[in-house]
Amino acid sequence: MAFGIGGAVGTALSPLPWKLTDDLSIWTQNWPWTPVPPHGEVTQVDSVCTLCPGGCGISVRKVEDRVVKIEGMPGHPVNDGGICLLGASGAQLLYGPSRIEGPLKRVGRRGDGRWQPVSWKAAVAEVAGKLGVLRSGGEPHTLGCLLRSDRGTVPGLFSRLLTVFGSPNLMRMPSIQDTYELTLYQMQGALALPGFDVDNTDFLLSFGSGYIQGWGSPVHMFRAHSRWRNRGGRVVQVEPRLSISAAKADDWLAIKPGTEAALAMGLSHVIITESLYDRDFIENRCRGFESWVDAEGRIQPGFKQRVLNTYTPAKVSEITGIAAADVVRLARDFAKAARPLAICGRGRGRVPGDLGAFMAVHALNALCGSIQRAGGVWAVPEPDYINWFQPEMDKVAATGMQQSRLDGAGGPQYPLARYLTSYLAEIINAGKGYPLKALLVAGDNPAYTLPAGGNVRKALDSIPFIVSFSSFMDETTRMADLVLPNHIYLERLEDVPLAQGFSRPLVQLCKPVTAPQFNTRHSGDVVIDIARALGGSVATAFPWKSYADCLKETLGGNFQKLMRQVYMVGRGTGAPGHNAAFETASGKFEFTNPEFKIRPDYEPIEAEGDAASFPLVLVPYDSMRLASGFVADSPFMVKAVDDTVLKGRDILVEINPQTARKYGLADGAIALLRTPRGKARVKIYHFEGLMPGLVAMPTGLGHSAYDEYIGGKGVNFNRLIGPVQDPVSGLDAAWGIRAKLTRV
Amino acid sequence: MEAVNRRNRAKKYGMVIDLDKCTGCGSCTVACMAENNIPFRKDESDKLLSIAWLHVYKLTNGKPFPHTDVCYLPRPCMHCEGHHGHSPCVSVCPATATDYDEETGIVSQIYTRCFGCRYCMAACPYHVRLFNWWDPVWPDGMEKMLNPDVSVRMRGVVEKCSFCYHRHQRAMEKAYLEGRRELEEHEYQTACTQACPAGAITFGDLNNPKHAVYRLKKSPRAFRLLERLGTRPKVYYLSSREWVRQAGDNHLQQEKQKI
Repeated sequence: MAFGIGGAVGTALSPLPWKLTDDLSIWTQNWPWTPVPPHGEVTQVDSVCTLCPGGCGISVRKVEDRVVKIEGMPGHPVNDGGICLLGASGAQLLYGPSRIEGPLKRVGRRGDGRWQPVSWKAAVAEVAGKLGVLRSGGEPHTLGCLLRSDRGTVPGLFSRLLTVFGSPNLMRMPSIQDTYELTLYQMQGALALPGFDVDNTDFLLSFGSGYIQGWGSPVHMFRAHSRWRNRGGRVVQVEPRLSISAAKADDWLAIKPGTEAALAMGLSHVIITESLYDRDFIENRCRGFESWVDAEGRIQPGFKQRVLNTYTPAKVSEITGIAAADVVRLARDFAKAARPLAICGRGRGRVPGDLGAFMAVHALNALCGSIQRAGGVWAVPEPDYINWFQPEMDKVAATGMQQSRLDGAGGPQYPLARYLTSYLAEIINAGKGYPLKALLVAGDNPAYTLPAGGNVRKALDSIPFIVSFSSFMDETTRMADLVLPNHIYLERLEDVPLAQGFSRPLVQLCKPVTAPQFNTRHSGDVVIDIARALGGSVATAFPWKSYADCLKETLGGNFQKLMRQVYMVGRGTGAPGHNAAFETASGKFEFTNPEFKIRPDYEPIEAEGDAASFPLVLVPYDSMRLASGFVADSPFMVKAVDDTVLKGRDILVEINPQTARKYGLADGAIALLRTPRGKARVKIYHFEGLMPGLVAMPTGLGHSAYDEYIGGKGVNFNRLIGPVQDPVSGLDAAWGIRAKLTRV
Repeated sequence: MEAVNRRNRAKKYGMVIDLDKCTGCGSCTVACMAENNIPFRKDESDKLLSIAWLHVYKLTNGKPFPHTDVCYLPRPCMHCEGHHGHSPCVSVCPATATDYDEETGIVSQIYTRCFGCRYCMAACPYHVRLFNWWDPVWPDGMEKMLNPDVSVRMRGVVEKCSFCYHRHQRAMEKAYLEGRRELEEHEYQTACTQACPAGAITFGDLNNPKHAVYRLKKSPRAFRLLERLGTRPKVYYLSSREWVRQAGDNHLQQEKQKI
């Protein structure tokens, strides 16, 4: 006994247990599954990031053929070496577990996720067979195509396919580009993209735009923001929530949501009454500022008169909740700045917004002469390098193209809109128009990104044949019948025709930095294959041997140049200036387009739902750490998300503590959030920076597809909101939706 | 004479982070993760267990609407100089797994020496040190993106920001090959500095008047975290907002002036 105790004590005092523990830990640390990354030759390859429309140049670090790190390209006009976190985690998308490894055909029920790998030949034959039936049945217009963008050669090939096939139903995903394009067209007569000369502005007035949350070209905006900090530029953010854009601004004006246009009109009021406007520009270069007599002899009120009659600071204060004195001060500061710039489009700019409001903001820029001038808004010409021969259309195609668009864009009700993609689901579900019998989806994930997600899924479910070109097993692809996976941007050659919001035309070339990881195929090639398999006049419209051939021919001499230097800044560098005529019929800037009678104004867009059953209002907020577009987050990004946004599987919604107390919602409590469109389990987060009466939810969470690193976390905001139509343009102008929070 | 030369040669690498420019986007964090082979798990929302060498904190001024203000603060390792290199973590490490490099001023972490006692984690006032509770696992194929310049850490060791020391080694090797002993400012930059889309992070030798950090650290907007502790951190922050500068240290409520 004593011997035993003595032995134990002796052993304990000896170094033996410690030595054993140490050995054990060292031994377990040497278990062989901790990878040792292989060494090799290190190279840097320059290319373009296409994960958002920002158009940043990237420099990819490779070790042998492995992509190890993605960095910003130094000296690039958009991002000059900087990179956002989505761009920086591109290698995770390349090697991630949600990649699709080859063409797949659905077996079992839709959405069950049971797939059978097929060969590319069989897959193309299947598409051609299904589409061929539509053509031989004389209903080619029942083919739809959803694209993220309608610019560049790959969207161009899709568009061409639809034209020669005979369908007008090419749709682009909605964004503020839709509204800005209309604004530029209405007021400047320009078929152009909005460019913002943020590098040279000294006063940024942002009507809810998340100028450092992904609005425009994100990294470019970040750099501009830092430049303002260096040079003493001023920023004013108008928004009901203290976003990071509001926090970094010199002034934050908490405005009642949805009333931004009234403030813009009120600022114009002060600028006009105090004669602070750019007299030369207004008197010589504009029309519709003063009232005029129309052809029938009636007096039409000009912009000046409408503003003076309706939008006094007192009235504006009543509408917006911003003190009249603040309205006056802001107007003076804005007008007196050397190069002021007002921007709009809420958050990242996913929802198009109402045309009257955008025109009100554009009119404010015009008052200060900030149009086509250093530090102002520029109309950036559309990329013009695609000049393919006019394809021949057979009779079927010609008849099909005569059909009206299913989404109603350009129709009698909404003649201005080019695309009304946000309403497609409602139209399909209501059985209006004709049924879509086949749908091609490329470059986006509409089942996740379109509003009224429930409706979208229902609509997709009613389409008999869906083809997805996605590289990832996303929500839409899960509902597809056939998957024809594209290479991801690091594996493919493709032109990048623009950098969103950049003030100059910029054409870039995304090139393969590594060989395709899987049995994927370039969507450009697949479109050519499909066309060829369809035969007849469809095939003859696509004479190219391959997509690469097509691209080389399209870019001509610039191809080699772009292969070397990645980007080319187009003509029109430098401020366009006021000397050139506007492209309107009058050659002047139009405050009211006489043809369409569309003018800058504040028309309240109400949040959907009745206040009695839904006392609160749910608004979205965008964050750089959550990609809310067609690309989901990377595991690194999810890791970077704060625990005040996501905790476990629960999404946190922000609410002002004062409002929370009223409804008995403790910080961290679980609650049920209901809107007229859906309901979700949420966690309460008390945030003083949110206007009382609102609930704010981050966008970009709640993926039901993808892997466990990304999916099954939180709630997709798009499931809880539906589109609200701007009566003028028909575009989606929803800024929030009525909501109710109940404790569970 | 030799001692003087040595002292002149000694670098003090440090960082200046401009919080007026920082947008809290988190690109620095992700660039760091990609550069330094930081693993990820299916749920990373428990931030006490989540490994990130550079964490971006969100500060608030605590005032009610609409006087609320928030500010993001990226926090890498402070590479404390302490007194004569006695940074809090180095002083307590029983395994000599962490050391203060007098040549560069970088606090190193040698994973194979670390036996996971976590004294350093308790000693670090900035929570920069993180423990590997699990072996890192990459989903099939994703280990392809691992950087061969940085060793992958195993379960049971502590890790932290190294100021991308491997980049210093690479730059020095290149300099030696070219017959140089000194680095240009741009030759050695950390991954977070390089990535920051706002250009809010500046990195360089705090002792070298030619480097941008030398000037920036003297800005009236500059402060360091928990300066009262005497850890002499080498990461400086800039902010024009008084409440942010105050938040850098613990202050009594009625206390107005920083010490």
